[in-house]
Amino acid sequence: MDLRYLLKRLVSFVVTILVSATLMFILTRLTPNDPIQALLGRMAATGSNIEGGAELVAMYRERFGLDQPILVQYLSYMSNLILRGDFGYSLAYFPAPVLPVIAGAIPWTLGLFLVSTIFAFVAGNLLGALATWPSTPRPLRYVIYALAPVSAIPYYILALLLLYLLAVIFPVFPIGGARTAGGDQSLGLANILDIVHHAVLPGLSIVLALLGFWVLSMRGAMALVKGESYLMYARARGLRDRRIFMRYAVRNASLPQVTALALDLGKVVSGQVLVEIIFSYPGVGYVLYNALRTADYFVIQGVVMFVIISVALATLILDLVYPLLDPRISYRDGQA
Amino acid sequence: MSAAQLHAATAVAPQAGDVLSIENLRVSYGSRFNAVPAVRNATFSVARDEVFGLVGESGSGKSTLSMAILRLLPAQAHCEADRMRLGDTDLMAAGPAALRQLRWTRLSYIPQGSMGVLNPVMRVREQFLDTIADHTQGAQRREIEGRIETVLAGVNLRPAVLDQFPHELSGGMKQRVCIALAILLEPELIIADEPTSALDVVSQRQVLETLSSARRRIGASMIMIGHDMALQAQLADRIGIMFAGRFVEIGPTRAIFEAPRHPYTQRLIGAIPSIRRRQDIGELARRGLEHADGATASAHPDLPLREVSAGHFAAIEL
Ligand SMILES: Nc1ncnc2c1ncn2[C@@H]1O[C@H](COP(=O)(O)OP(=O)(O)OP(=O)(O)O)[C@@H](O)[C@H]1O
Ligand SMILES: [Mg+2]
Repeated sequence: MDLRYLLKRLVSFVVTILVSATLMFILTRLTPNDPIQALLGRMAATGSNIEGGAELVAMYRERFGLDQPILVQYLSYMSNLILRGDFGYSLAYFPAPVLPVIAGAIPWTLGLFLVSTIFAFVAGNLLGALATWPSTPRPLRYVIYALAPVSAIPYYILALLLLYLLAVIFPVFPIGGARTAGGDQSLGLANILDIVHHAVLPGLSIVLALLGFWVLSMRGAMALVKGESYLMYARARGLRDRRIFMRYAVRNASLPQVTALALDLGKVVSGQVLVEIIFSYPGVGYVLYNALRTADYFVIQGVVMFVIISVALATLILDLVYPLLDPRISYRDGQA
Repeated sequence: MSAAQLHAATAVAPQAGDVLSIENLRVSYGSRFNAVPAVRNATFSVARDEVFGLVGESGSGKSTLSMAILRLLPAQAHCEADRMRLGDTDLMAAGPAALRQLRWTRLSYIPQGSMGVLNPVMRVREQFLDTIADHTQGAQRREIEGRIETVLAGVNLRPAVLDQFPHELSGGMKQRVCIALAILLEPELIIADEPTSALDVVSQRQVLETLSSARRRIGASMIMIGHDMALQAQLADRIGIMFAGRFVEIGPTRAIFEAPRHPYTQRLIGAIPSIRRRQDIGELARRGLEHADGATASAHPDLPLREVSAGHFAAIEL
């Protein structure tokens, strides 16, 4: 792999993260309300005891470095963030730091996200391609097209529909959570099945919401590829239909789809936040929801940072993989 | 039908042992109600081991005719024929599976212009291998795979091109890859649609000579579409001349050159020194039409082919 291309991509990845971390710093300083005051205010409202409130505020301010000049604050914020992955403390679970709160949720989110996004991408593109292929049986083509409009339904409606249908009316799947409460934490088969069982509905709502998009956009990509001379020439060479389909048509039509996937990741992540909330799935989205409810500023910051980093990372990976898929894009001039 | 037409019809009619025989092939593009004819009542045949040169101005239907024989016309094309046979196989009646099998093992094709005919995401080697894999097995497959580099050397390509992607090759190199692919499985008939249009004049001649010697070695017949009348004179056994979708003259190369009968052919032959580039043929036709001296093809659009001497047919009044 060309070193300069790699370097360029890495630099733009790092810059994205530094810039968003800085923006986050500025935004939080711009908000008129002080998180600690707000916390104390809430404690007062709920009737908690706040003896020596003023001292407490001062102590917190010192602890969070809020009494320092803004530049010092910025530098320590950045160095804590970048060097130690330190997002500060959760206000709701004080003195628990933010990182473990988020870190515990990441595996759930990442697992659900990766499996459902990849499944939707592969299945959607394959179905979309099949729908346009002349030798596909007619009934299958109709089924595929009937499936496509499902993507017009927003994530949360779809999730609610599935929840109502398959967890309430026909209680085939649990209504929420990621595993049966009180179960053991071992990685036995029963436990894995339990986790999968819990992930089906949230996963399905993400997959169904994405599938139609991939089906329809793949249809467009295939229409372009079908006019290409290499397809005619493959036919002229008497290649087998399945080979022409997979290696000539789908292979080429999937190139713009990979680009679309990179552009779409942000949308998928935000959609997943809603799905996690609806299914009380203990992922990052659910953590965000709880943090919003309790005005847990530092956790909100951490989650937003996590989302930015993961989208940037996924884009970086796709950028690095893309030249392997399309030999015409050289690593050197592949600056998109 | 007049006696003369009847005579013509029987004489152009196929002989036993023809590799390809076509009667009244008609192709039009567009919808049923708005059909634009591209090939009108083409009748001709190609004998075993014969090179049939096909000449005609741009848009006269040469490529359409090739694609009709390959049964690869686009969906908006409508194709009919009283007869179209490759050896003893009825091409009009053959189903998709039969067509797939005879394509390339019995009938191969060199596309006009090689831009975009190779799969951009596959190395050249893979495109050779999948062509072989889908038509052969066992010992035969290994034998042909072992021959790839020899065939490439035959068109002056180094084995290194096998490990390259199509975009890394020049237009001429791609065209030579296509020629190598076309002779690889030693078919009965090769349809070469301007196989050297992307090459300079020097390599054009040289590659065509390679193609034609490879053809001779495997004993294939060939339909060679081209505009270079000097090259056609050198390589073709017979020549067919198309104008506005129909044959205006078909005959042995020698007869066509020594005694061209149709006015359009006469112009082609008369202008040999200047017909090197493909534009020239169209230019010639236009000049012919502008002169409108009563002897142009357009003045006699619907004359049937008549035999003017042994095996030599022209669409003229006798
Ligand atoms: N896909 C198509 N759809 C509609 N019309 C077409 C199509 N392909 C060709 N034609 C028309 O059919 C006629 C014959 O075209 P064809 O490509 O066979 O000519 P040609 O003799 O091969 O010309 P050239 O020497 O330029 O390659 C032309 O009038 C052209 O406009
Ligand atoms: Mg053509």
